[in-house]
Amino acid sequence: MRALNVTKVAALALTFAWVAGCSSTSTQTDSADMGGSMGSDSGAMTSGSAGMGGMSGSELPAEVANLQTVFYFDFDQSTVRGESFADLEAHARYLASNPQAAVRLEGHADERGTREYNIALGERRGNAVARFLMVNGATAGQVEVISYGEEKPAVMGHGSDSWAQNRRVELKYAGR
Amino acid sequence: MKQRLLACCVLMLLAFGARAELMIEVTQGVDAPTPIAVVPFGWSGGAPLPEDIAEIVSTDLHRSGFFGAMKRSDMLSFPQQQSQVFFRDWRVSGQNYLLIGRVVSTGGEQLQVTYELYDVLKESRVFGEQISGSTRNMRDMAHYIADAVFEKLTGLRGAFSTRIAYVTAQNQGGGRHRYSLQLADADGARARTILESREPIMSPSWSKDGSKLAYVSFESSRPGIYVQHLATGKREKIQSFAGLNGAPAWAPDGQRLALTLSKDGNPEIYTLDLARRQLTRVTHHYGIDTEPTWSPDGQSILFTSDRGGQPQIYRVYLSDRRIERVTYEGNYNSSGKLTQDGRFLAMVHRSAGAGAAFNIAVQDLKTGRLDILTQTSLDESPTIAPNGSIVLYATQQGNNGVLAAVSLDGRVRFRMPSSSGDVREPAWSPYLQ
Repeated sequence: MRALNVTKVAALALTFAWVAGCSSTSTQTDSADMGGSMGSDSGAMTSGSAGMGGMSGSELPAEVANLQTVFYFDFDQSTVRGESFADLEAHARYLASNPQAAVRLEGHADERGTREYNIALGERRGNAVARFLMVNGATAGQVEVISYGEEKPAVMGHGSDSWAQNRRVELKYAGR
Repeated sequence: MKQRLLACCVLMLLAFGARAELMIEVTQGVDAPTPIAVVPFGWSGGAPLPEDIAEIVSTDLHRSGFFGAMKRSDMLSFPQQQSQVFFRDWRVSGQNYLLIGRVVSTGGEQLQVTYELYDVLKESRVFGEQISGSTRNMRDMAHYIADAVFEKLTGLRGAFSTRIAYVTAQNQGGGRHRYSLQLADADGARARTILESREPIMSPSWSKDGSKLAYVSFESSRPGIYVQHLATGKREKIQSFAGLNGAPAWAPDGQRLALTLSKDGNPEIYTLDLARRQLTRVTHHYGIDTEPTWSPDGQSILFTSDRGGQPQIYRVYLSDRRIERVTYEGNYNSSGKLTQDGRFLAMVHRSAGAGAAFNIAVQDLKTGRLDILTQTSLDESPTIAPNGSIVLYATQQGNNGVLAAVSLDGRVRFRMPSSSGDVREPAWSPYLQ
């Protein structure tokens, strides 16, 4: 993972250098714009797309391979459901006995309501799971919470079934 | 070097091919829009011009909802100057105003455009002007003319020369998405990609001088707040704490950003002095505080909070941190945006009652009156034109996210369907220089 990150950073740095070259070209072609301010805004066009894969390394360690990793929530709620307890406790036990292991908790919301508010809701759900893991033996350093709000739905669609599947926290083991 | 240039060109072409062009469909206008005929402008040059100025002006005026533009095919003549105008013909075909013009080449790509507006009923010239430009900025010239005519006839400053930023998302299957931040003219034309990523891009916000955009990008696999200079494409990551880094909103003074950070445990509103990099915490509550937006005088910030149990909009005064609740109607009010005069608050609103939809509403802060402006169901991200006439927002059409707009008085509506993918989170620019 660490080596991968270095590669990513290098790729990104290259992209920036390369894009800087680009923007000088497009400035000339666009300089006749009356607005002026529109000059070469294409400069950062690729800055987010090169080598920016999703997190890898989310494969489960063998000891927890049969546990649930997606935990669902009720509408507008961030309370961990009873059905999630057993598997979360097992994840917490694994983390407690493997101090070098770490998880990333990705909080999500359904599409209703506003995006920034939903990001906050997703974080609240992630934090609820994080607290559950820590109460059961994980340490703060082993748990990271990221919220995607409604930006990464598990399923598309605009009905209550889709919404129920999208209100979730995904637990991912960080690659070692 | 040559190779790099070539690669750049290929890249630009690719980006052009991938852009999601927006079209405008007026779905509702005022009851009695003012009839106006915009006659094709004369052109004596050889090669055809790249843009049809009269067509762009006509479309601008028509989509404002205040005007009904006469169809070209219904016109009996195409006058280019006063001596060719027969007022009776235009009066008989029901027109109140007539706009004519002519384009002449002044060497190379340089152009001079003369336009004149006539009052058909009074048979008199209202005003006219000569403007210079080039074949490369004819759309700008056309929007300029539309702004001038609009202001002359309505008393309201035109916003046709402004721009919109928005986010597009395409599901590429297998859990992969492509997100892009787009910049287009207010009519959806000349869309261009200013950032592309496989990770979400959110919450674009214009600086008050229109030269920069702040936004949230997850490209580093965590949310970060970035500021991008539109003229150069240069950008900087200005905030990336653990937890949320979201909802950037530019202060009217252009020196500060309001933003949401959860680094202290839960989402709170902060202001960031951009020059000094000084962060000031504004709210202190265990609930969610987010979606800050500045009052035009810069003295207060409106924000969404669930401190009362459900999301509602509150105002915090920066001088003494006094907080007052602004919205009371309905059980969900969020993502507030104020008009430039600070009087009207547009927001996402859900009425009390089971199964109620998320709509765009506007509240008159002077009288407290709240009007629901839309009848669709998943409306969000309102943004107001700088002249305060129109709210642009995101909604669903079929299975696609699209942009739609409604005037603050609810009389004019239009949609901007996209050719592909989801379109969301519009941000209307301020007036540009």
